[in-house]
Amino acid sequence: MTVVDQPAGARPHLLASPSGTGEVDPPPDRVLMKGNEAIAEAAVAAGCDAYFGYPITPQAELLEWMARRMPEEGRVFVQAESELAAINMALGASAAGARVLVSSSSPGISLMAEAMSYMAGSRLPVVLVNVMRGGPGLGSIGAAQGDYLQATKGHGHGDYKVPVLAPSSISEAIDLVRDSFILAERYRTPVILLADGILGQAMEPVAPTFQRLEKSTPDWILEGAAGRPPRVLKSLHLQPEALEEHDLALQAVYERIAANEQRWAGEQLDDAEIVLVAYGTAARVARTAVERARAEGMPAGLFRPITLWPYPAQALRDAARGARAVLAVEMSAGQMVEDVRLALEGAVPVYHHGRMGGMVPSPDGVVDAMRQAWAMSQESGR
Amino acid sequence: MTAAEPITEQEGRTIYRRPLLLSNPTTYCPGCGHGIVHRLLAEVLEELDLGAKTILVGSVGCSVFAYDFLALDSVESPHGRAAAVATGVKRYRPDKVVLTYQGDGDLAAIGTAEIVHAAARGERFTVIFVNNGIYGMTGGQMAPTTLAGQKTTSSPRGRDVQSQGYPLPVTEMLSLLPGVQYAARASVCDPGHVGKAKQAIKRAFEIQLEGKGFSIVEVLSTCPVGWGLTPSESMERLRDTVMTAYPVGTFVDRPRGIAPKLPQPGSPNRSITEGF
Repeated sequence: MTVVDQPAGARPHLLASPSGTGEVDPPPDRVLMKGNEAIAEAAVAAGCDAYFGYPITPQAELLEWMARRMPEEGRVFVQAESELAAINMALGASAAGARVLVSSSSPGISLMAEAMSYMAGSRLPVVLVNVMRGGPGLGSIGAAQGDYLQATKGHGHGDYKVPVLAPSSISEAIDLVRDSFILAERYRTPVILLADGILGQAMEPVAPTFQRLEKSTPDWILEGAAGRPPRVLKSLHLQPEALEEHDLALQAVYERIAANEQRWAGEQLDDAEIVLVAYGTAARVARTAVERARAEGMPAGLFRPITLWPYPAQALRDAARGARAVLAVEMSAGQMVEDVRLALEGAVPVYHHGRMGGMVPSPDGVVDAMRQAWAMSQESGR
Repeated sequence: MTAAEPITEQEGRTIYRRPLLLSNPTTYCPGCGHGIVHRLLAEVLEELDLGAKTILVGSVGCSVFAYDFLALDSVESPHGRAAAVATGVKRYRPDKVVLTYQGDGDLAAIGTAEIVHAAARGERFTVIFVNNGIYGMTGGQMAPTTLAGQKTTSSPRGRDVQSQGYPLPVTEMLSLLPGVQYAARASVCDPGHVGKAKQAIKRAFEIQLEGKGFSIVEVLSTCPVGWGLTPSESMERLRDTVMTAYPVGTFVDRPRGIAPKLPQPGSPNRSITEGF
């Protein structure tokens, strides 16, 4: 699969002349884009064939952008009657060979769990964007990270995993949309792009160059059984022996993904004695907290997982090798911290600082939590 | 799949030829109507020469096995979601022929939202809706289509409409929607009705080929095991009791001017009843 730069001029709606003279201005280095719209346009640029969605805050602009752009490109857009229907339309389009994007926010993602399990079982690629909001239940429309366990540990029923990519800026979200399609097609699997309400709603300057993805015609898609035996895409295998064989094949795919697709980023880790671990919007706060801590003389660093599954456990172990304490910072009661503990296996004391319900940790709050973690790790004899 | 060898005069005249799209002998219970409906589908698709461009969207229930017996490219759906899955297939590949094959538990209970909205959007695929008034695969529980008073494993004293609701006439309901180009109800109770069922199925696919909109054929069928009857008793009950509650016939064939005489939403005069 090759990645090709698509010239920004191909999308004049992104680059409307601000002068109003009608003259074409030279393409700017940066344009200001809202996260939801940038994710949508990145998918359009990457060659998304079909989009299915349902309105929900804080991702509605993504649906609206696609409502305008997909018909412009002669591609499929359907506003479904529910998130259930949206993801099942995606299932059908994917089975027919389409590159498909679906988006929603937390309550809608719960409704999509059923079909995600079917798609994992039937080996059907799709990219699902979750612009997370506060929960449980209807919760709030504020940004949260309470769906980490849902995305990485389960979501639907049965033994399956899906790659989960977590951007922490709008620029990164644009890149990860393209990468999500690559992973989905490379491994024939659903992929979750896990964003949050701040990433969806905020505007940031982004480079107006989006990347296009080449597309091949796989040998498993449905197009009518002309001159060959029929193909059946299904998750049903009634004989236990047959299902176990199918499940083992799925697990082998997950092992390949875990071995090859872990991603992370580190900042100021070389001499870090206290390591923050955070993803998404929480990582933006953590970065500021690291700077403030360093200004106070506390040698802090940031480890930022980009794939939440597969979790970059070995990289975290390496990053935390010289640390006295590790502090997970999340917009949840403490979900990713479980993976941090699993990765470190007790080698370093692990602490957690989180806010919930649409509240976002403040840099000063994180620095306070670092001081406490630091003190506790000293008391524990390390 | 290869084309059948032509049969020469010396070999004789073909009285019966198994449709090429029927791939395996079915494993349905004796007296079950699914085998008949599969055969009609196979015959129609073969007569219209559509087998090589058709995509079957399966469902959940005994109907899930359709892809084991029909030699068609197929995709499975979660329970009730076939109309949404078919929407995705057909929107991306409008050049293909797409059908769902669904039972009444699947379509008329858990899948009501999906079927109604696919019909409302006028999706250009065909629905084969096999209605035996019961959840067959799970052991004969009450379905939305179960007749009033009918005993099932979850209505052991007979369906009490006061507490368990009234039978749901889905095809009549869908007939009100302008996106529905063709809606008919047929039956497999005897050879005459089987022939009419085939005509309805054929017409539904012709409508799809014309790209006009949504088409649905409800086929009233049997479940001898779930009903607690022999195969022949089941066919008698289908004819004498079920078809009285669910009349067969064409409800909508818009290209031929058959449609309910009701004002359509959006038309200038939306008043249905007089006196308001």
